[in-house]
Amino acid sequence: MTEAGFSDVELGAAGLAVSLRDVTKTYDNGVMALGPLDLRVRKGEFVSLLGPSGCGKSTALRIIAGLAAPSTGRVQVLHDAAATLPGQNRPGQGIGFVFQEPTLMPWTSVRENVRLPLKLANMPASQSDTQVLEALTRVGLADFADSYPRELSGGMKMRVSLARALVTDPDILLMDEPFAALDEITRFRLNNDLLALWRNLKKTVIFVTHSVFESVYLSQRVIVMTQRPGRIGAEIMIDAAEPRGEDFRTSAAYSEYCRNVSAALAPSYAGQAAL
Amino acid sequence: MSTTQIGRAPTSAAPADRAFKVLRILLPVIVAAAGTAAWEMVVRLNNIPPYVLPAPSAVFSTLFSDWGVLSQSLLTTLLTTLEGFIAAAIGGIALALLFNLSKLLEYSLFPYAVILQVTPVIAIAPLLLIYLPQQTAVVVCAWIVGFFPVLSNTTLGLNSVDRNLAGLFQLYRASRWQTLLYLKLPTALPYILGGLRIAGGLSLIGAVVAEIAAGTAGAGSGLAYRIAESGYRLNIPRMFAALLLLSLAGIVIYAVLALISHLLLRRWHESALGKEN
Repeated sequence: MTEAGFSDVELGAAGLAVSLRDVTKTYDNGVMALGPLDLRVRKGEFVSLLGPSGCGKSTALRIIAGLAAPSTGRVQVLHDAAATLPGQNRPGQGIGFVFQEPTLMPWTSVRENVRLPLKLANMPASQSDTQVLEALTRVGLADFADSYPRELSGGMKMRVSLARALVTDPDILLMDEPFAALDEITRFRLNNDLLALWRNLKKTVIFVTHSVFESVYLSQRVIVMTQRPGRIGAEIMIDAAEPRGEDFRTSAAYSEYCRNVSAALAPSYAGQAAL
Repeated sequence: MSTTQIGRAPTSAAPADRAFKVLRILLPVIVAAAGTAAWEMVVRLNNIPPYVLPAPSAVFSTLFSDWGVLSQSLLTTLLTTLEGFIAAAIGGIALALLFNLSKLLEYSLFPYAVILQVTPVIAIAPLLLIYLPQQTAVVVCAWIVGFFPVLSNTTLGLNSVDRNLAGLFQLYRASRWQTLLYLKLPTALPYILGGLRIAGGLSLIGAVVAEIAAGTAGAGSGLAYRIAESGYRLNIPRMFAALLLLSLAGIVIYAVLALISHLLLRRWHESALGKEN
């Protein structure tokens, strides 16, 4: 469980944003989904968790977010006091979460969807207006503030979801296969936009995906997870020159990284029935 | 030749669509007109006396000549229905909210809500009339039949919250009150409106049932009471006229609730969106 205060100092001193130690998760039906998992993520790092479906990578993300409790082990998440909202000192404000689906409220406008985290923190609308608009501008949707989610395309909905995660200016952005359901062109574009945001905002990003190409393109470090129960199978550093762009996506180095990551991932699929 | 046919196909589709819409309105009207005409003919050709079967013309003339009495009764019944409906709406939604807060309460009380629903209201009405003042008993009847659909639909709606949205509210440390107000109630709104639409019609039925039961005891002034009273007096045309008004009242109640539902949901809910979306 998160232990505020003590762990913050300890984590901060080590330059870490997230630390998991011997974390396991066993479901009520006795299935062990995760671990034991050891994971340390530095402040400002972009890390991908890559693995086959059902390997527990989403579970790990939910544990970091505090949406699920680990069965055993220790979870520490740094909450920068400066990033919490005025008058808000509760944990959780330092984390933004993007789900696999856009997860928008269909009954209200894009603007109100993005405003939600601030509204839940009891910030008056007059005060949150500028922050909401700023977040929407960052994802290029300022003109769609008054649209309803159903009027947007899949990619635009995902951008709204991203704007909502950014509106509290969190230190840590957790993303659970956010672009998996999008077409390839839209996904490439959102990948580039996400990288640009990461460069500008200096967030710590933990990105769950099952796409080798996406993980290599985006991250500084790819963590390959094994089959259930999910553990770390391999870690691969991606030392590509920044800023990355379409050049990187078509470079020989990129292919080389993808080959290495695929090779590291192969054992995770071994023993599974032919697809 | 083939090109002209291809060119014509899309243009002929739109008028056909419109013709279909007109037909949907026109056909029931034609059926009503034909039915009424046949009824009128049968009565006139066979010289059936009005106390056996009144002709539609006799029903309509009674509607106009007795409008003073009938409109008063209509107002009484509508008022009872409205009171029962509002009580059902508030009671159903409030109970569903309580059930949502406490499973213990739900397990304790839900079976009794079901029992109240499955026991025929016509059998309960005479008992209620013994223990309660008549006006109250009639409203309670309207409430009993109306509240269950609101309760069960609202319960279903409150339990239909998107799992990830619930997670998001948890992540941002939403209070119970915020979760209810900003997540559960909006999610449940289409379900609640569906329940209310059913409850509107049922409240009218409850009110009529109670009035009939009260009417046999010799008191009352609603439309159903008029039907019972006219029956004793063999004033069959007035029975038909009162029945016609009851049907119209039911249709209007349904239409108003459907309109409110449409206005509240039209911007976002699938049920209120056009096919092209």
